[in-house]
Amino acid sequence: MTTIPFKLPFNIKLYRPVKPTGVWDWLTTIDHKKIGVLYGVTAFIMFLTGGVEAMLIRTQLIAPELKIIAPEVYNQLFTMHATTMIFLGVMPLSAAFFNFIIPLQIGARDVAFPRLNAFSYWVFLAGALIMKASWFLGGSPNAGWFGYAPITGATFNPGTGIDFWIVGLQVLGVASLAASFNFIVTIINMRAPGMTLMRLPLFTWMTLLTAILLILAFPVITVALIELMLDRTFDFNFFNTKAGANPILWQHLFWIFGHPEVYILILPAMGIVSEILPTFSRKPIFGYPAMVLAASFIAFMGWLVWSHHMFTTGLGPIANSVFTLTTMLIAVPTGVKMFNWLGTMWGGDIDFKTPTLFAVGFLSMFLIGGISGVMHAFSASDYQQQDTYFIVAHIHYVLFGGAIFGIFAGIYYWFPKITGRMYDEKLGKLNFWIMFIAQNLTFFPMHFVGMQGMPRRIFTYDAEMGWAFWNAFETIAAYAVAFGVLIFVINMIKSWNGGKKAGDDPWDGRTLEWSIPSPPPLYNFRDIPIVKSVDDFWHTKQKSDTKVKSKTKVSDIHLPQPSYWPFLVAVGLTIAGFGIIYNLVLTGIGIGIMLITVCAWSFEPVNEPDSH
Amino acid sequence: MSDETTTGLNHRKLLMWVFLGSDCMFFASLIGTYLIYKGSGVAHPGPADVFDIPTTSVSTFVLLMSSMSMVFSYAYLVRDNIKAFRIWLLSTMIMGSTFIGFQIFEFSEFYFHDHLSPQTNLFGTTFYALTGTHGIHVTIGVIWLGIIFYSSLFRNTVTSKTNLDLDLAALYWHFVDIVWIVIFAVVYLFGTFTGFPAS
Amino acid sequence: MFNTIKKFLPILLSLLFVIACGGYDGPQSTFDTHGPVAKEQADLFYLILWAGMVVLVAVELAIVYIYFKYRRKKNSERIPSQIHGNTRLEIIWTVLPVIFLAIVSVPVLSAIWYVGTPPENPDVVVDVQGHQYWFEFKYPDLDVVTANELHIPVGKKILINLDSKDVLHSFWIPKIAGKTDIIPNQGNYMWIQGDDVGMYYGQCAEFCGESHALMRFRVIVETDEDFRAWISQQKSEAFVPNDPLEKSGYDIFMSSKAGCGGCHMIQGSKKAKGKIGPNLTHFGSRQHMAAGILVNNQVNLRNWIRNPDMIKPGNIMSGQGAVYMDPNKSLTESEVIALASYLQSLK
Repeated sequence: MTTIPFKLPFNIKLYRPVKPTGVWDWLTTIDHKKIGVLYGVTAFIMFLTGGVEAMLIRTQLIAPELKIIAPEVYNQLFTMHATTMIFLGVMPLSAAFFNFIIPLQIGARDVAFPRLNAFSYWVFLAGALIMKASWFLGGSPNAGWFGYAPITGATFNPGTGIDFWIVGLQVLGVASLAASFNFIVTIINMRAPGMTLMRLPLFTWMTLLTAILLILAFPVITVALIELMLDRTFDFNFFNTKAGANPILWQHLFWIFGHPEVYILILPAMGIVSEILPTFSRKPIFGYPAMVLAASFIAFMGWLVWSHHMFTTGLGPIANSVFTLTTMLIAVPTGVKMFNWLGTMWGGDIDFKTPTLFAVGFLSMFLIGGISGVMHAFSASDYQQQDTYFIVAHIHYVLFGGAIFGIFAGIYYWFPKITGRMYDEKLGKLNFWIMFIAQNLTFFPMHFVGMQGMPRRIFTYDAEMGWAFWNAFETIAAYAVAFGVLIFVINMIKSWNGGKKAGDDPWDGRTLEWSIPSPPPLYNFRDIPIVKSVDDFWHTKQKSDTKVKSKTKVSDIHLPQPSYWPFLVAVGLTIAGFGIIYNLVLTGIGIGIMLITVCAWSFEPVNEPDSH
Repeated sequence: MSDETTTGLNHRKLLMWVFLGSDCMFFASLIGTYLIYKGSGVAHPGPADVFDIPTTSVSTFVLLMSSMSMVFSYAYLVRDNIKAFRIWLLSTMIMGSTFIGFQIFEFSEFYFHDHLSPQTNLFGTTFYALTGTHGIHVTIGVIWLGIIFYSSLFRNTVTSKTNLDLDLAALYWHFVDIVWIVIFAVVYLFGTFTGFPAS
Repeated sequence: MFNTIKKFLPILLSLLFVIACGGYDGPQSTFDTHGPVAKEQADLFYLILWAGMVVLVAVELAIVYIYFKYRRKKNSERIPSQIHGNTRLEIIWTVLPVIFLAIVSVPVLSAIWYVGTPPENPDVVVDVQGHQYWFEFKYPDLDVVTANELHIPVGKKILINLDSKDVLHSFWIPKIAGKTDIIPNQGNYMWIQGDDVGMYYGQCAEFCGESHALMRFRVIVETDEDFRAWISQQKSEAFVPNDPLEKSGYDIFMSSKAGCGGCHMIQGSKKAKGKIGPNLTHFGSRQHMAAGILVNNQVNLRNWIRNPDMIKPGNIMSGQGAVYMDPNKSLTESEVIALASYLQSLK
């Protein structure tokens, strides 16, 4: 690998990579497109591990009083399944799209802080490895993905499982925060000339709102986790009931983070659907300003509903009424979005290719999840639904039928842009129908067993309860879901390198990413476009079919250079993290490494003017 | 990367503002935890037993003055008066370190003299966590200023053209100062104020 | 084809739902209500269920309609009318849901207050203490302490106080009332009323550890007369048994080798004063054991005494009892039989 030197204080010379290839390329890349691919592949693998955890859970529940999986392992399985799917699955899959697509949609060459971007990915990988390593290093966390105190304290959970959970989440939090800072600055500060905020593609809008939610919500769970860690490691009293602490503090802190978190999970998928439906209907989105307003209202109101997760904790009728009303209110903008999506398709000329199918699948599944959500909003009757499979049904309709379907829609939609090739349409449709039907068969009956009194997080149940039939049904349907995912994997492997060549604009798209080659060149746009309206690319195409010849020389375009510092800082952070679990000396070493590598990073110039 | 940004603000400036917004929520959660537990658990040692408001007022004043010193330092840098910029930067660092010194003194008084540790009761836990976190923020600020000061010793490394670095550090410094004002009021003053007399 | 779907889909969906949950009711069904609190909650649920079904069917049908009417014909190059929105329509479909929710909020708020306001003069007060993994029931005004089987008089208002000295739990009797969480130091309470005589199933509904799934209980709603009789029986002290097998079980129970009395209370005895585990004074009178997971009979009881960890992994008795921790002190088979016999004699 070729390197060139750069100078640090004290006359220390270090070398930075120039046009690295192979593994070095991936390790030192700061190109948002490569980072997007790294995120996507890593997150998808994590999604598959979460799926395995789910299959084991469902297998244990296929019949009453089974002893396939011991209760302690079962408790770890449901904890890891949820933690994996949320933090290692949906969030980074969304991040994959943020990374690849946002600069393309706003007409930029990269993000505002390319090395910080790479850093986010490596830290995400570190967090994922820490979290998953718990399976092999003494046991995974076992107290549910929201880890309610006091069972997460050292008294009731003396092993290292919860410590892995805390450190893993903190590390993942660093990754998410870094990425969100980057995207906020990028979207606000790097838009092509003429692209006002109200001309942003809706996916970019949703990303901006998601990132803002993230930077405000994550610090709250960071504090909660720090408090828990201080309790566990140093005997602080935050959740020590013997010292008079009230465990409900944990629930408040967690859900003040947790509710905005669920909007963080769903807004990107909504953004993807808002891109796909207009493109494949050949019509603009119905009510663009209303969509922006509704999403902003959801993001804002998302802070005012958190205690609907705590209706049964004895807050009293006044608090319960307030949160019931705010939760009911947040259904309104969600409904507005739903109607606007329908309005987009109405009167359109709709091509039901795989992306469209997944997008419409999102609509129909998220609707069901939204309706059950309004049912939970009524706190009085929620007393029967809370902590039962009725909630599990709601969760999976909005997260699997919603977020995951939206993500799959995005993968199929942007597959040609990312790889330059088309996926197999027949396999895509098969993938959709199997997943769609199977997911309904798996999760709809959960509404029934929940109302029949089946609590969640139980490793077994009695035959006399009457839950056996639907549980068996759900398990078999879950295996079908897995089969659907397998079809997807086959499609991806087959098409990534072997699919038909796609061309720049296979869908007759409306937004800027379709105006450049597939896959995009390193510099994205030869000429930075000048934007005159929403869907500017579409309007340009209507006016004339001929491509304007670019006046820019490729060699004149200056791009940020690769760097290995983001990777090294992430290594330091990982060592520090393991130190918190095992030995604080390691933490000291890790922090030391981080101090040195962060300093070196800050002295490394972003651009080498004559680096070709 | 082009120097033109959509808002005209430098990327890093915008980043610092966004980061500070995030850090607000961080401190809000710690302050919230403190307030929720105020008055709960084992009563003694409690705020009224340990706080020495006159002394803490002095250290608060020193920190506030350090913000003023920070403003001067930046103003001189922008006018390319490097000597004055360095003096006021050093003075900011000294005042910041003084504040930390007072805090270390206070912590050791509480710990050794009043037997208040984080493990003692809810007050100890929440107090040390909140003010300790703030202290760490100040320390990071002092180190950051120190790095800028050290760079400035090399000719032409820190000039009015590179004032963004100091601008970012100053923003951070002022933020940490404002957080302290909130902590001083909520933890120290509210903790010891027993209300107005009845008549 | 669209017309056929339009005709049958709502019927199919409703049929499916009715079959699935209205058709039969298990022991913890929230639809089979036997008390005013559960009934209020079920009625509220039906209200939103039907409203939700209407919305669901309407929108899903719209999606199906759109699929058939507006899908692209092969190789069509048609650019449809580029409508950007319809302000009037958008305002309508924003305002109408708000109006609907405003209307619905009246019964909702009324239900919240009904369910959440405890009676001023309850007929019976019960202090529930959640443990890993069993429920302790104290009647403070009636001087009764028992476990896992709650008795209440029919048609009377019961105030339940909830506490725990370990982790979170939740107190849930689906057919009588929705749950309220048990949170240490929070002092939660709820009220219930059972309107029909019978036995009802309860289950802990907040994850509390390894055997959370096995933390259940029973509620016996009985006539006032039966309730008084039960109370006076529970207040009575246990006596030393005459039967030789039961007496030998008694001796083992009270021995320092077994140490059962260190955790379990047998009122009237000198050596069994422990308050860590369930009060066993009238263990023989309970229909179920090990917190509602097994029928209380000789076979189950012997299995439990012999190896509690196999039945309820992570239970405190296996984790602390000398006879389980120390191989020198483990119980012989005849000791197990004697103990089981003694315990079942405690009526």
